[in-house]
Amino acid sequence: MKYVKPESLEAAATLLAAEAGTSRILAGGTDVLVQLRSELVEPDLIVDIKHLDGLRDIVEENGGFRIGAGVSGAQMGEHAALCAAWPGVVEGAELIGSTQIQGRCTMVGNLCNGSPAADSVPGMVAAGAVARVHGPDGERDVPVKEIPAGPGKTNLGKGEFITSIFLPARPANASDAYLRFIPRTEMDIAVASAGVNLELAEDGTVSAARVAVGAVAPTVRLVPDAGAALVGSKLDDAAIAAMVSAVEAACSPIDDKRGTVEYRTTTAGVLAKRAAHIAYDRAGGAK
Amino acid sequence: MKNLHVTTTINGDAAEFVCEPDETLLDALRNRLGLTGAKEGCGTGDCGACSVTLNGRLVCSCLVLAAEAEGAEVATIEGMADGDQLHPLQRVFIEKAALQCGVCTPGILVAAKALLEKNPDPSESEIRYWLAGNLCRCTGYDKIIRAVQDAAAEMRSA
Repeated sequence: MKYVKPESLEAAATLLAAEAGTSRILAGGTDVLVQLRSELVEPDLIVDIKHLDGLRDIVEENGGFRIGAGVSGAQMGEHAALCAAWPGVVEGAELIGSTQIQGRCTMVGNLCNGSPAADSVPGMVAAGAVARVHGPDGERDVPVKEIPAGPGKTNLGKGEFITSIFLPARPANASDAYLRFIPRTEMDIAVASAGVNLELAEDGTVSAARVAVGAVAPTVRLVPDAGAALVGSKLDDAAIAAMVSAVEAACSPIDDKRGTVEYRTTTAGVLAKRAAHIAYDRAGGAK
Repeated sequence: MKNLHVTTTINGDAAEFVCEPDETLLDALRNRLGLTGAKEGCGTGDCGACSVTLNGRLVCSCLVLAAEAEGAEVATIEGMADGDQLHPLQRVFIEKAALQCGVCTPGILVAAKALLEKNPDPSESEIRYWLAGNLCRCTGYDKIIRAVQDAAAEMRSA
Protein backbone atom coordinates (compact mmCIF):
# COMPACT_ATOMS: atom_id res chain seq x y z
CA MET A 1 0.00 0.00 0.00
CA LYS A 2 1.17 3.50 -0.85
CA TYR A 3 0.16 6.52 1.24
CA VAL A 4 0.33 9.78 -0.70
CA LYS A 5 -0.36 13.41 0.20
CA PRO A 6 -0.59 15.09 -3.20
CA GLU A 7 0.20 18.78 -3.59
CA SER A 8 -2.90 19.71 -5.55
CA LEU A 9 -6.37 18.52 -6.53
CA GLU A 10 -5.07 17.91 -10.04
CA ALA A 11 -2.26 15.71 -8.72
CA ALA A 12 -4.77 13.76 -6.60
CA ALA A 13 -7.01 13.14 -9.61
CA THR A 14 -4.04 12.08 -11.75
CA LEU A 15 -2.84 9.64 -9.09
CA LEU A 16 -6.31 8.14 -8.64
CA ALA A 17 -6.91 7.87 -12.37
CA ALA A 18 -3.55 6.18 -12.95
CA GLU A 19 -3.89 3.61 -10.17
CA ALA A 20 -4.63 0.19 -11.66
CA GLY A 21 -5.44 -1.41 -8.31
CA THR A 22 -7.77 -0.41 -5.49
CA SER A 23 -7.57 3.11 -4.18
CA ARG A 24 -9.19 4.96 -1.32
CA ILE A 25 -9.45 8.65 -0.56
CA LEU A 26 -8.60 9.58 3.01
CA ALA A 27 -10.22 12.55 4.72
CA GLY A 28 -11.64 11.72 8.16
CA GLY A 29 -10.71 8.06 7.79
CA THR A 30 -13.49 6.80 10.03
CA ASP A 31 -14.80 4.45 7.33
CA VAL A 32 -11.56 3.86 5.39
CA LEU A 33 -9.56 2.82 8.46
CA VAL A 34 -12.33 0.45 9.60
CA GLN A 35 -12.37 -1.16 6.13
CA LEU A 36 -8.60 -1.39 6.17
CA ARG A 37 -8.42 -2.93 9.61
CA SER A 38 -11.19 -5.40 9.05
CA GLU A 39 -9.51 -6.36 5.76
CA LEU A 40 -12.67 -5.59 3.80
CA VAL A 41 -10.44 -3.77 1.33
CA GLU A 42 -6.71 -3.89 0.82
CA PRO A 43 -6.04 -0.67 -1.04
CA ASP A 44 -2.97 -0.29 -3.19
CA LEU A 45 -3.17 3.46 -2.86
CA ILE A 46 -4.42 5.84 -0.18
CA VAL A 47 -4.68 9.48 -1.20
CA ASP A 48 -4.89 11.87 1.73
CA ILE A 49 -6.64 15.04 0.56
CA LYS A 50 -7.62 16.95 3.68
CA HIS A 51 -4.53 19.19 3.77
CA LEU A 52 -5.38 20.66 0.33
CA ASP A 53 -6.54 24.28 0.04
CA GLY A 54 -10.01 24.92 1.42
CA LEU A 55 -10.78 21.34 2.26
CA ARG A 56 -10.90 22.02 6.02
CA ASP A 57 -12.91 25.24 5.64
CA ILE A 58 -16.54 26.30 5.94
CA VAL A 59 -16.97 29.47 3.87
CA GLU A 60 -19.98 31.64 3.04
CA GLU A 61 -20.54 31.81 -0.70
CA ASN A 62 -23.39 33.53 -2.55
CA GLY A 63 -25.44 33.59 0.64
CA GLY A 64 -24.94 29.85 1.16
CA PHE A 65 -22.17 27.74 2.63
CA ARG A 66 -19.40 25.71 1.06
CA ILE A 67 -18.20 22.94 3.34
CA GLY A 68 -14.86 21.34 2.48
CA ALA A 69 -14.53 17.58 2.16
CA GLY A 70 -12.22 17.47 5.17
CA VAL A 71 -14.54 19.36 7.54
CA SER A 72 -15.46 17.24 10.56
CA GLY A 73 -18.87 16.93 12.19
CA ALA A 74 -17.52 18.65 15.29
CA GLN A 75 -16.30 21.58 13.21
CA MET A 76 -19.77 21.98 11.66
CA GLY A 77 -21.40 21.96 15.10
CA GLU A 78 -19.12 24.77 16.24
CA HIS A 79 -19.99 27.03 13.27
CA ALA A 80 -22.77 29.28 14.60
CA ALA A 81 -23.89 30.74 11.26
CA LEU A 82 -24.06 27.32 9.60
CA CYS A 83 -26.03 25.90 12.56
CA ALA A 84 -28.47 28.82 12.37
CA ALA A 85 -29.00 28.51 8.62
CA TRP A 86 -29.08 24.70 8.21
CA PRO A 87 -29.81 23.14 11.62
CA GLY A 88 -31.14 19.95 10.05
CA VAL A 89 -28.03 19.35 7.97
CA VAL A 90 -25.83 19.94 11.01
CA GLU A 91 -27.86 17.68 13.31
CA GLY A 92 -27.59 14.87 10.76
CA ALA A 93 -23.81 15.27 10.52
CA GLU A 94 -23.52 15.40 14.30
CA LEU A 95 -25.29 12.05 14.68
CA ILE A 96 -22.43 10.19 13.02
CA GLY A 97 -20.67 8.14 15.69
CA SER A 98 -19.19 9.16 19.02
CA THR A 99 -17.35 12.32 20.10
CA GLN A 100 -14.12 10.70 18.89
CA ILE A 101 -15.63 9.95 15.47
CA GLN A 102 -17.07 13.48 15.29
CA GLY A 103 -13.54 14.84 15.55
CA ARG A 104 -12.72 13.26 12.18
CA CYS A 105 -15.82 12.14 10.25
CA THR A 106 -16.95 14.20 7.26
CA MET A 107 -20.24 14.57 5.38
CA VAL A 108 -18.47 13.82 2.11
CA GLY A 109 -17.08 10.58 3.54
CA ASN A 110 -20.51 9.69 4.88
CA LEU A 111 -21.95 10.32 1.39
CA CYS A 112 -19.23 8.42 -0.49
CA ASN A 113 -19.34 5.46 1.89
CA GLY A 114 -22.67 4.83 0.20
CA SER A 115 -24.70 3.60 3.16
CA PRO A 116 -28.47 3.91 2.63
CA ALA A 117 -28.60 4.76 6.35
CA ALA A 118 -25.96 7.53 6.25
CA ASP A 119 -27.14 10.12 8.76
CA SER A 120 -25.87 13.25 7.02
CA VAL A 121 -27.30 12.43 3.60
CA PRO A 122 -31.10 12.92 3.95
CA GLY A 123 -30.49 16.43 5.34
CA MET A 124 -28.20 17.29 2.42
CA VAL A 125 -30.66 15.88 -0.14
CA ALA A 126 -33.56 17.77 1.46
CA ALA A 127 -31.41 20.92 1.42
CA GLY A 128 -30.78 20.57 -2.31
CA ALA A 129 -27.05 20.40 -1.58
CA VAL A 130 -24.62 20.22 -4.48
CA ALA A 131 -21.34 18.28 -4.44
CA ARG A 132 -18.30 19.72 -6.23
CA VAL A 133 -16.53 16.85 -7.94
CA HIS A 134 -12.93 17.00 -9.04
CA GLY A 135 -11.61 14.53 -11.57
CA PRO A 136 -9.21 13.96 -14.46
CA ASP A 137 -11.42 16.14 -16.69
CA GLY A 138 -11.61 19.01 -14.23
CA GLU A 139 -14.46 20.12 -12.02
CA ARG A 140 -18.20 19.51 -12.14
CA ASP A 141 -21.11 20.19 -9.79
CA VAL A 142 -23.49 17.31 -9.07
CA PRO A 143 -26.61 17.35 -6.85
CA VAL A 144 -25.91 15.27 -3.74
CA LYS A 145 -28.98 13.15 -4.45
CA GLU A 146 -27.34 11.88 -7.65
CA ILE A 147 -24.15 10.70 -5.94
CA PRO A 148 -25.32 7.43 -4.29
CA ALA A 149 -25.81 4.52 -6.71
CA GLY A 150 -26.66 1.77 -4.22
CA PRO A 151 -25.32 0.30 -0.98
CA GLY A 152 -21.57 1.03 -0.94
CA LYS A 153 -21.64 2.46 -4.47
CA THR A 154 -21.48 5.96 -5.92
CA ASN A 155 -21.86 7.42 -9.40
CA LEU A 156 -18.38 8.95 -9.28
CA GLY A 157 -16.08 7.98 -12.14
CA LYS A 158 -12.51 6.73 -12.06
CA GLY A 159 -10.22 9.35 -10.55
CA GLU A 160 -13.14 11.50 -9.35
CA PHE A 161 -13.60 12.67 -5.79
CA ILE A 162 -15.74 15.26 -3.99
CA THR A 163 -13.95 18.37 -2.73
CA SER A 164 -16.85 20.22 -1.10
CA ILE A 165 -20.58 20.38 -0.46
CA PHE A 166 -22.52 23.55 -1.23
CA LEU A 167 -25.62 24.44 0.76
CA PRO A 168 -27.54 27.13 -1.14
CA ALA A 169 -28.75 30.49 0.15
CA ARG A 170 -32.20 30.36 1.70
CA PRO A 171 -34.85 32.99 2.31
CA ALA A 172 -36.04 34.13 5.72
CA ASN A 173 -38.75 31.88 7.19
CA ALA A 174 -37.01 28.70 6.09
CA SER A 175 -35.51 25.88 8.08
CA ASP A 176 -34.89 22.15 8.16
CA ALA A 177 -34.76 19.17 10.50
CA TYR A 178 -33.46 15.61 10.52
CA LEU A 179 -34.64 12.71 12.65
CA ARG A 180 -33.63 9.08 12.74
CA PHE A 181 -34.86 6.10 14.71
CA ILE A 182 -32.39 3.82 16.48
CA PRO A 183 -33.18 1.24 19.19
CA ARG A 184 -30.82 2.92 21.65
CA THR A 185 -30.13 6.55 22.52
CA GLU A 186 -26.71 7.04 20.94
CA MET A 187 -24.22 5.53 18.49
CA ASP A 188 -26.26 3.26 16.27
CA ILE A 189 -27.27 2.95 12.63
CA ALA A 190 -30.60 4.41 11.52
CA VAL A 191 -33.46 1.93 11.09
CA ALA A 192 -35.28 4.71 9.26
CA SER A 193 -34.64 8.43 8.94
CA ALA A 194 -36.10 11.59 7.43
CA GLY A 195 -34.88 15.07 6.54
CA VAL A 196 -37.36 17.87 5.83
CA ASN A 197 -36.53 21.32 4.43
CA LEU A 198 -39.28 23.97 4.39
CA GLU A 199 -39.71 27.52 3.14
CA LEU A 200 -42.68 29.51 4.41
CA ALA A 201 -44.60 32.48 3.03
CA GLU A 202 -45.21 35.49 5.28
CA ASP A 203 -48.48 34.06 6.57
CA GLY A 204 -46.86 30.76 7.56
CA THR A 205 -48.04 28.78 4.54
CA VAL A 206 -45.45 26.33 3.21
CA SER A 207 -44.21 27.71 -0.11
CA ALA A 208 -41.55 25.07 -0.85
CA ALA A 209 -40.79 21.70 0.74
CA ARG A 210 -38.30 18.91 0.19
CA VAL A 211 -38.53 15.59 2.01
CA ALA A 212 -35.81 12.91 1.91
CA VAL A 213 -35.77 9.53 3.64
CA GLY A 214 -32.93 7.22 4.61
CA ALA A 215 -32.51 3.50 5.37
CA VAL A 216 -35.72 2.60 3.54
CA ALA A 217 -34.35 2.06 0.01
CA PRO A 218 -31.01 1.12 -1.60
CA THR A 219 -30.07 4.81 -1.50
CA VAL A 220 -31.27 7.86 0.39
CA ARG A 221 -34.32 8.97 -1.53
CA LEU A 222 -35.84 12.37 -2.28
CA VAL A 223 -39.65 12.11 -2.22
CA PRO A 224 -40.99 14.95 -4.42
CA ASP A 225 -44.64 13.94 -3.83
CA ALA A 226 -44.13 14.26 -0.08
CA GLY A 227 -42.77 17.78 -0.46
CA ALA A 228 -45.60 18.70 -2.83
CA ALA A 229 -48.17 17.48 -0.30
CA LEU A 230 -47.03 20.12 2.18
CA VAL A 231 -46.92 23.09 -0.19
CA GLY A 232 -49.83 25.48 0.33
CA SER A 233 -50.57 24.12 3.79
CA LYS A 234 -49.78 25.10 7.35
CA LEU A 235 -49.10 21.44 8.11
CA ASP A 236 -52.76 20.70 8.81
CA ASP A 237 -53.72 17.08 9.38
CA ALA A 238 -54.78 16.46 5.76
CA ALA A 239 -51.49 17.77 4.35
CA ILE A 240 -49.47 15.75 6.84
CA ALA A 241 -51.47 12.60 6.05
CA ALA A 242 -50.86 13.09 2.33
CA MET A 243 -47.15 13.64 2.99
CA VAL A 244 -46.93 10.49 5.13
CA SER A 245 -48.67 8.45 2.40
CA ALA A 246 -46.21 9.73 -0.18
CA VAL A 247 -43.25 8.85 2.07
CA GLU A 248 -44.61 5.35 2.69
CA ALA A 249 -45.16 4.84 -1.04
CA ALA A 250 -41.51 5.76 -1.71
CA CYS A 251 -40.14 3.20 0.75
CA SER A 252 -38.74 -0.12 -0.45
CA PRO A 253 -36.62 -1.18 2.53
CA ILE A 254 -34.88 -4.42 3.36
CA ASP A 255 -36.32 -6.78 5.95
CA ASP A 256 -33.74 -7.62 8.59
CA LYS A 257 -33.19 -8.10 12.31
CA ARG A 258 -33.07 -4.35 12.82
CA GLY A 259 -36.45 -3.66 11.28
CA THR A 260 -39.07 -5.31 9.10
CA VAL A 261 -40.32 -3.76 5.87
CA GLU A 262 -43.57 -2.69 7.57
CA TYR A 263 -41.76 -1.27 10.59
CA ARG A 264 -39.25 0.73 8.57
CA THR A 265 -41.96 2.05 6.24
CA THR A 266 -44.24 3.19 9.05
CA THR A 267 -41.35 4.67 11.01
CA ALA A 268 -40.13 6.69 8.00
CA GLY A 269 -43.58 8.29 7.73
CA VAL A 270 -43.70 9.10 11.45
CA LEU A 271 -40.20 10.61 11.37
CA ALA A 272 -41.01 12.71 8.29
CA LYS A 273 -44.11 14.03 10.07
CA ARG A 274 -42.17 14.94 13.22
CA ALA A 275 -39.27 16.44 11.26
CA ALA A 276 -41.74 18.54 9.24
CA HIS A 277 -43.20 19.98 12.45
CA ILE A 278 -39.73 20.74 13.84
CA ALA A 279 -38.64 22.41 10.59
CA TYR A 280 -41.90 24.39 10.52
CA ASP A 281 -41.39 25.69 14.08
CA ARG A 282 -37.76 26.54 13.35
CA ALA A 283 -38.83 28.45 10.24
CA GLY A 284 -41.02 30.61 12.45
CA GLY A 285 -44.33 29.07 11.41
CA ALA A 286 -47.30 29.32 13.75
CA LYS A 287 -50.35 27.16 13.21
CA MET B 1 5.69 -1.47 1.41
CA LYS B 2 7.87 1.58 1.62
CA ASN B 3 8.28 2.87 5.16
CA LEU B 4 7.52 6.48 5.95
CA HIS B 5 9.41 8.88 8.15
CA VAL B 6 7.09 10.95 10.32
CA THR B 7 8.00 14.09 12.27
CA THR B 8 5.43 15.13 14.83
CA THR B 9 4.86 16.66 18.27
CA ILE B 10 3.71 14.44 21.11
CA ASN B 11 2.73 15.96 24.46
CA GLY B 12 4.62 19.09 23.51
CA ASP B 13 7.86 17.31 22.62
CA ALA B 14 9.25 16.85 19.13
CA ALA B 15 9.14 13.20 18.10
CA GLU B 16 9.91 11.21 15.00
CA PHE B 17 9.42 7.65 13.95
CA VAL B 18 9.43 5.37 10.96
CA CYS B 19 6.22 3.50 10.17
CA GLU B 20 4.54 1.40 7.53
CA PRO B 21 1.99 3.26 5.36
CA ASP B 22 -0.93 1.23 6.71
CA GLU B 23 0.15 1.46 10.34
CA THR B 24 -2.19 3.21 12.76
CA LEU B 25 -1.23 6.05 15.05
CA LEU B 26 -2.15 3.77 17.96
CA ASP B 27 0.36 1.13 16.85
CA ALA B 28 3.05 3.76 16.28
CA LEU B 29 2.48 5.26 19.74
CA ARG B 30 2.59 1.89 21.44
CA ASN B 31 5.16 -0.03 19.41
CA ARG B 32 7.46 2.66 18.02
CA LEU B 33 7.41 5.25 20.77
CA GLY B 34 6.76 3.14 23.88
CA LEU B 35 3.68 5.19 24.80
CA THR B 36 1.45 2.33 25.92
CA GLY B 37 -1.15 4.39 27.78
CA ALA B 38 -3.55 4.38 24.84
CA LYS B 39 -5.03 0.88 24.62
CA GLU B 40 -6.40 -1.16 21.77
CA GLY B 41 -9.87 -2.44 22.58
CA CYS B 42 -11.91 -2.95 19.44
CA GLY B 43 -9.57 -1.47 16.83
CA THR B 44 -12.56 -0.10 14.91
CA GLY B 45 -13.41 3.15 16.66
CA ASP B 46 -16.20 1.80 18.84
CA CYS B 47 -14.64 1.58 22.33
CA GLY B 48 -12.56 4.74 22.76
CA ALA B 49 -9.75 3.02 24.72
CA CYS B 50 -7.24 4.46 22.23
CA SER B 51 -8.47 8.07 22.59
CA VAL B 52 -5.88 10.81 22.07
CA THR B 53 -6.15 14.34 20.77
CA LEU B 54 -4.87 15.24 17.32
CA ASN B 55 -4.44 18.98 16.78
CA GLY B 56 -6.72 19.49 19.77
CA ARG B 57 -9.52 17.19 18.55
CA LEU B 58 -10.48 14.06 20.44
CA VAL B 59 -10.01 11.07 18.10
CA CYS B 60 -9.62 7.31 18.17
CA SER B 61 -5.93 6.72 17.40
CA CYS B 62 -6.86 3.32 15.93
CA LEU B 63 -8.69 5.21 13.15
CA VAL B 64 -5.80 7.53 12.34
CA LEU B 65 -2.90 6.49 10.13
CA ALA B 66 0.45 7.07 11.79
CA ALA B 67 1.47 8.96 8.64
CA GLU B 68 -1.28 11.49 9.32
CA ALA B 69 0.61 12.61 12.45
CA GLU B 70 3.17 14.35 10.21
CA GLY B 71 3.37 17.96 11.38
CA ALA B 72 0.51 17.46 13.83
CA GLU B 73 0.23 17.87 17.58
CA VAL B 74 -0.70 14.70 19.41
CA ALA B 75 -1.60 14.58 23.11
CA THR B 76 -1.82 11.28 24.98
CA ILE B 77 -2.53 10.21 28.55
CA GLU B 78 1.23 10.27 29.21
CA GLY B 79 1.15 14.07 28.94
CA MET B 80 -1.75 14.58 31.33
CA ALA B 81 0.08 14.70 34.67
CA ASP B 82 2.47 17.56 35.33
CA GLY B 83 5.54 15.61 36.46
CA ASP B 84 4.51 13.86 39.67
CA GLN B 85 1.45 16.09 40.01
CA LEU B 86 -1.60 14.20 38.77
CA HIS B 87 -4.26 16.06 36.79
CA PRO B 88 -7.37 16.61 38.98
CA LEU B 89 -9.27 14.11 36.81
CA GLN B 90 -6.61 11.46 37.38
CA ARG B 91 -6.53 12.08 41.13
CA VAL B 92 -10.32 12.10 41.54
CA PHE B 93 -10.64 8.90 39.47
CA ILE B 94 -8.33 7.22 42.01
CA GLU B 95 -10.01 8.78 45.06
CA LYS B 96 -13.50 7.86 43.86
CA ALA B 97 -12.47 4.43 42.58
CA ALA B 98 -13.83 5.25 39.14
CA LEU B 99 -12.07 2.29 37.59
CA GLN B 100 -11.63 -1.41 38.05
CA CYS B 101 -9.46 -3.13 35.45
CA GLY B 102 -8.27 0.21 34.09
CA VAL B 103 -8.10 -0.60 30.39
CA CYS B 104 -10.67 2.05 29.44
CA THR B 105 -9.35 4.61 31.94
CA PRO B 106 -6.66 6.38 29.86
CA GLY B 107 -9.15 6.90 27.03
CA ILE B 108 -11.83 8.14 29.40
CA LEU B 109 -9.44 10.55 31.10
CA VAL B 110 -8.26 11.97 27.77
CA ALA B 111 -11.88 12.30 26.61
CA ALA B 112 -13.05 13.86 29.88
CA LYS B 113 -10.19 16.38 29.80
CA ALA B 114 -11.19 17.36 26.26
CA LEU B 115 -14.77 17.85 27.46
CA LEU B 116 -13.82 20.06 30.41
CA GLU B 117 -11.62 22.23 28.21
CA LYS B 118 -14.63 22.85 25.98
CA ASN B 119 -17.25 22.98 28.71
CA PRO B 120 -16.02 23.42 32.30
CA ASP B 121 -19.49 22.84 33.75
CA PRO B 122 -21.17 20.01 31.82
CA SER B 123 -24.49 18.52 32.95
CA GLU B 124 -24.69 14.80 33.69
CA SER B 125 -26.37 14.26 30.31
CA GLU B 126 -23.65 16.18 28.52
CA ILE B 127 -20.97 14.06 30.21
CA ARG B 128 -22.80 10.83 29.35
CA TYR B 129 -23.23 11.78 25.68
CA TRP B 130 -19.66 13.03 25.38
CA LEU B 131 -18.33 9.76 26.83
CA ALA B 132 -20.73 7.53 24.84
CA GLY B 133 -17.78 6.51 22.67
CA ASN B 134 -15.78 5.24 25.66
CA LEU B 135 -16.87 1.78 26.68
CA CYS B 136 -16.23 0.43 30.17
CA ARG B 137 -17.02 -3.21 30.87
CA CYS B 138 -16.40 -3.08 34.65
CA THR B 139 -17.77 -0.16 36.61
CA GLY B 140 -21.13 0.58 35.08
CA TYR B 141 -20.27 4.25 34.40
CA ASP B 142 -21.86 5.89 37.46
CA LYS B 143 -18.60 6.28 39.34
CA ILE B 144 -16.93 7.55 36.18
CA ILE B 145 -19.59 10.20 35.64
CA ARG B 146 -19.46 11.28 39.29
CA ALA B 147 -15.67 11.48 39.21
CA VAL B 148 -15.82 13.73 36.14
CA GLN B 149 -18.41 15.94 37.88
CA ASP B 150 -16.31 16.18 41.06
CA ALA B 151 -13.10 16.93 39.15
CA ALA B 152 -14.94 19.55 37.08
CA ALA B 153 -16.24 21.24 40.25
CA GLU B 154 -12.77 21.23 41.75
CA MET B 155 -11.21 22.66 38.57
CA ARG B 156 -13.85 25.40 38.41
CA SER B 157 -13.12 26.52 41.97
CA ALA B 158 -9.36 26.37 41.51
